[in-house]
Amino acid sequence: MSRGSLTRAGRGLALGAGAFLMIAYGACSPSAPPSGRRAAAGASDIAVAAMKTYVAPGDLDEYYLFQSGGHSGNVYVYGVPSMRHLSTIPVFTPYPATGYGFDDESKAMLGGLTWGDAHHPALSETNGDYDGRWLFINEMNGRVARIDLRDFKTKQIFGPIPNVSGNHGSSFITPNSEYVMVASRFSIPIPKGTYAPIDKYATEYKGVIGALAVDPKTGEMSNGFQIMMPPFDYDIGDAGKLVSDGWMFLTAYNAERAVGKLEVTASQRDRDYIAAVDWRAAAKAAAAGQGDMIGGVRVLDPRKVPGLVYLLPCGKSPHGVDVSPDGKYIIGSGKLQGVTTAFNFEKIQTAIRNKDFDGEEDGIPVLKYESIKDAEVEVGLGPLHTQFGPDGMAYTSLFVDSAIASWKLGEWKVIDKVPVSYAVGHLSTAEGDTVSPDGGYLVSLNKLSHGRHLSVGPSQPEATQLIDIGEEKMKILYDAFTEPEPHYAQIIKADKVKPIEVYPKEENKHPLAIWDVADAGITRQGNRVTVKMVAVRSSFTPMNFEVQEGDIVTVAVTNIEQTTDELHGFGLLDYNINIVVDPGETKTVTFTARKGVYPYYCTNFCSALHQEMQSYLIVKPR
Amino acid sequence: MTRLERTARRLHQPVGAGPRACFLLAAILVVVALMFPLWQLTMFAPQYPNALRLDIHANALVGGNNGQDLKEINLLNHYIGMRDLAVEDFTEFKWMPFAIGGLALLFLRAVVFGTMKEFVDGAVMFLYFGGFSIWSFGYKLYRYGHDLSPTAAVKVPGFTPPMFGHKTIANFEVYSYPQAGTYLMAGAGVLVLVALVLAWRNRPEPESMP
Repeated sequence: MSRGSLTRAGRGLALGAGAFLMIAYGACSPSAPPSGRRAAAGASDIAVAAMKTYVAPGDLDEYYLFQSGGHSGNVYVYGVPSMRHLSTIPVFTPYPATGYGFDDESKAMLGGLTWGDAHHPALSETNGDYDGRWLFINEMNGRVARIDLRDFKTKQIFGPIPNVSGNHGSSFITPNSEYVMVASRFSIPIPKGTYAPIDKYATEYKGVIGALAVDPKTGEMSNGFQIMMPPFDYDIGDAGKLVSDGWMFLTAYNAERAVGKLEVTASQRDRDYIAAVDWRAAAKAAAAGQGDMIGGVRVLDPRKVPGLVYLLPCGKSPHGVDVSPDGKYIIGSGKLQGVTTAFNFEKIQTAIRNKDFDGEEDGIPVLKYESIKDAEVEVGLGPLHTQFGPDGMAYTSLFVDSAIASWKLGEWKVIDKVPVSYAVGHLSTAEGDTVSPDGGYLVSLNKLSHGRHLSVGPSQPEATQLIDIGEEKMKILYDAFTEPEPHYAQIIKADKVKPIEVYPKEENKHPLAIWDVADAGITRQGNRVTVKMVAVRSSFTPMNFEVQEGDIVTVAVTNIEQTTDELHGFGLLDYNINIVVDPGETKTVTFTARKGVYPYYCTNFCSALHQEMQSYLIVKPR
Repeated sequence: MTRLERTARRLHQPVGAGPRACFLLAAILVVVALMFPLWQLTMFAPQYPNALRLDIHANALVGGNNGQDLKEINLLNHYIGMRDLAVEDFTEFKWMPFAIGGLALLFLRAVVFGTMKEFVDGAVMFLYFGGFSIWSFGYKLYRYGHDLSPTAAVKVPGFTPPMFGHKTIANFEVYSYPQAGTYLMAGAGVLVLVALVLAWRNRPEPESMP
């Protein structure tokens, strides 16, 4: 990053401010022309956009879009190009609509937490391409979840991960789904629970970059290895692919190791870093028993195990880092700059071999910027993230410019720029972070919608814009609005995902599952009562049932339907219980009985006599 | 020679190769028919755009969608108090394969012995079997549609699902048509008829008989 680019960035900011003042002035002047939100678009453009996004009733979309739901704790599923919201997958937060977090199993999985700030979804990969098996997603309390795309359900929440605090730099995945990355955004003294005063931040607080191992068959996550890092704030990552397979890249801000008002204190140096981690070497070192067990995980110290990590100097306060589809370039930049840097993987390797270093941080070599960069692409102000298309196309989101720039790898020249509404954060192109991006569609995940929709009061939705990147000139196709708050997203070709629509009876191995109303009933062992219940249109069996006050009651509801979309709910009044059982599924709820009479009923509409699907829990006083 | 004597003689007259081949083929067709569904009921409703299907075989009821459609039909029918369509309820499934086997044997008997008598036996039994089966099928449809539980959630007047063709029952469009098995049986019927006609045409004159 040169001084020139910074000056350009400064000038851009100044011009932006000037433009803002002019608009404000214009709006106040009596002769101001009526303001139009949209630049006059030709009728044919609207027709083209409508044609490209209109998915007729009954027709299907071409892609799935999985958006993180941010602090809603959910994942939102959209269809592309229609941008219709298809489904919400609850992950880190209870969701009464599907009964998630109310039945015993999902409640246990949530582990007592009822929120999570879900950030970066990562589709599982085989040979660097999406394989449509799982979707991983991290959250800030230090957990990573796995959603099975066979049934679009959260199957595992792993964590809180030891030593990692504020797991923002996650859940980026390696090309064969070997590992899911984790990293601290908020360095702390480790293991968790250790005390150190804030003035010891620079030395006693530790950042951690780690990896969760993914079972290749089941997708089950477990602790892999961790690397102890200087107390920077680790932000976003991407795994190397093809030529750079075996490496992970993670941005880090606050190289100042500052505390307090970070917007100032962490912005003093011109450079922050991208950490390049040789994850294969780290895995090998951990397997060989190197490092120390901290918080139950093997933690490697780069001072003692050299060669695991190198730092690439990067523009101040970087956010995203993205590896090109061929694995040759690592694209990253400071988020206040006017350029984004393309680092050359081969040059990085050469610099490492030649020890072409420019200092070190806690024993981790810092590579020389000039030796490893290939180009600074003048994309515009506030470059955050880059995604890719076929034929070397790259697309960079510009937060400050509120635009997306397209450019070409190797040519390093901006081809086109399209303004978005407003303040884009992440962006996602069709399979755009794989080894073979599809092109065609780009989704701009904008932080601000500023009333481009019917007003819904001060709490505004986010704006998710679909952009046509099929041709050189990018065109906005559609405005969708999303509940707070998408960060990253993944777009996968629809035919790669093959969900089931009912749980086959043969696969239900739940010990309390029953398939015949004749098997329904109550068993008691002391004060523990188990109710095996059948739900089928339009009744529960057993119907009214009686237990004793103080009994610990487990109701296991099996939905014996094998018909698509025949879901049944079990809502028990006054107990804060509502579960929804899909066809062929068994779910349990456990509660302590209080005396009185409590109705329960089917909460998920099922049939013409759904309203009659109701009974009573009768609790006899002791 | 009295009329009766003439008839008796004719019944003992040998039959030529053509009719025998027809009967052999008919025997094969009725056995092959066992492997195919005889009838199919297809039910469309707004909620079932892909329809619910029910195939009736000589020995089984097979629901479409891997058997799921039969469960769905029973589930829906419970609202109007209809009995479950259960294989155990159909005595036809027990005797039909047996009867078809018997028919095939009867046809083979005609092929081997080759006199008019065996051909007439075969044709009469086939006619009786076909007629009875169709009546039995119709009667079953009638009973299912009329033996409705008095405590049903939805009270509907008794009805008979269509045996052949199309009928609207509540929100369902029901189509009922014969399937490959029935066509094979019908083919066997045609062969039986052809055999009889051929045998009759080529009958030797009673006077010339010894």
